[in-house]
Amino acid sequence: MSDIVLEGRNIVREYHVGGGLFGKAKTVQAVKGVNFTVEKGKTLAIVGESGCGKSTLGRILTLIDPQTSGELLIDGKPINIAKDKVTTEMRRKVQIIFQNPYGSLNPRQKIGEVLGEPLLLNTNKTAAERRELAMQMLVKVGLGPEHYNRYPHMFSGGQRQRIAIARALMLSPSLLVLDEPVSALDLSVQAQVLNLLADLQDEFNLTYVFISHDLSVVRYIADDVMVMYYGEVVEYGTRDEVFSNPQHSYTKTLFAATPKSDVESIRARIAKKKAAA
Amino acid sequence: MSKLLEIKNLSVGFDTSSGMFMAVQGIDLSVEAREVLAIVGESGSGKSVAMLAVMGLLPKSATVTADSMTFDGHDMLTMTSKRRREIIGRDVAMIFQEPMASLNPCFTVGFQLEEVLRVHMKLDKKARRARAIELFKQVGIPTPEERLNSYPHQMSGGQCQRVMIAIAIACNPKLLIADEPTTALDVTIQKQILDLLVRLQAEHGMGLIMITHDMGVVAETADRVIVQYKGTKMEEADVLTLFEAPKSPYTRALLSALPENATGDRLSTVADFMKNEAANAGAVS
Repeated sequence: MSDIVLEGRNIVREYHVGGGLFGKAKTVQAVKGVNFTVEKGKTLAIVGESGCGKSTLGRILTLIDPQTSGELLIDGKPINIAKDKVTTEMRRKVQIIFQNPYGSLNPRQKIGEVLGEPLLLNTNKTAAERRELAMQMLVKVGLGPEHYNRYPHMFSGGQRQRIAIARALMLSPSLLVLDEPVSALDLSVQAQVLNLLADLQDEFNLTYVFISHDLSVVRYIADDVMVMYYGEVVEYGTRDEVFSNPQHSYTKTLFAATPKSDVESIRARIAKKKAAA
Repeated sequence: MSKLLEIKNLSVGFDTSSGMFMAVQGIDLSVEAREVLAIVGESGSGKSVAMLAVMGLLPKSATVTADSMTFDGHDMLTMTSKRRREIIGRDVAMIFQEPMASLNPCFTVGFQLEEVLRVHMKLDKKARRARAIELFKQVGIPTPEERLNSYPHQMSGGQCQRVMIAIAIACNPKLLIADEPTTALDVTIQKQILDLLVRLQAEHGMGLIMITHDMGVVAETADRVIVQYKGTKMEEADVLTLFEAPKSPYTRALLSALPENATGDRLSTVADFMKNEAANAGAVS
């Protein structure tokens, strides 16, 4: 079954900068005509360095920013938020999780309110129903009902990222955009959050767009990989294709830059150092 | 080889409202000249606190005790703070995680670099500028004459970290402490910064302490590794031994949490390790 949840056709995003008292206005193309499709239950990883347009693309997918041109289809339906108003139904389909769990939660909001708010805004559920659903969701992401009345500062980084995941799942979306969800976390906490994401994907048949610059994480979680460089897609294919046979020189640079922790590489490095000394 | 920094039985406690919290509990540590030592641990393992204690940068609520703490023959425990300030910044320098946050946004990077040269080296204006340009060249910043007049916000994260490194090595320190120097940076930039640090370490014959939670960074840079967990030392070994045959179960847990070492569907986590430990302890008693 190849159910396509998300499709982008030639998506372009331009920003206009300058144009003040001095100097002429400039147009910067952050995303230069990107094509991709994601099937239901799969994970597409978008890889690239800061400034390559991967987060801009993520914001377009999540209906936060409009595309300048090109077509975006979610569940087969074309959508352009510059022209159409976003219906609550569309909002429910796509949710996003941000990189920094310290910045994405309101410090004055209790966890219960954090989780109830998407339901309050987008559904007609009563307060009791919202509370019940929030409690259930806390258990699903590995926290407990006792956390309902706590504030964000009472949680560790990994726990906060779990809360952000819980909030994104409250509306049972079909597509989840994860913008560097584990880069701010420690190695062992990163492993826990990645496991949680894999569990949730299995349970709810979720589709992920996973934005990252960490290739070892991408190799672990992705089905398809798209490498971006200065707004353009320089490599796009299944994980095995991209990792076993990278075509573009930028992808090769990226692989070369990733730290190698296997014993042979360490031995080679030490031998080289001894020779130099 | 001579020991550059030697610490015996270091403990650091913080006075909190719920009593004394011990961040570091009896750690022995030594670095030789021309050696790269990595200290690995998760957040909260006390790896930064131990180094801040050496630098004398901890807040007043902290209590530092040690049997001995010597740097290059100087006793750091009984030293007056005036004497300590002469050594810190000149013979021992430190680089922090957030390059953007460690530079002062109100002054040009050139001013901040020359300040170190003025205070520690007592150079005159012309010599300072010449040395600043030389340092920027060493750390690989293009067109140094112009970049010296830039403010931190006009530079990228990787460039700011290069400025921080230039400031740190300005007085040819004997020991450089790098606290998560690449955590905030992209992989390609991370590679450049690590290469730069290792090159400078070899060229200047410095001792280098890398504090990190990233096993990849350890594998790429270290000679010797200390693994720390909850304020105690779990393991100390040279880098090859650590990756080839880790002794401590905690090190094994850390290594198996690396995504590239994933076997099967799910990653193993340190929490699993803790559970197993608890189960074993229960079985013994």
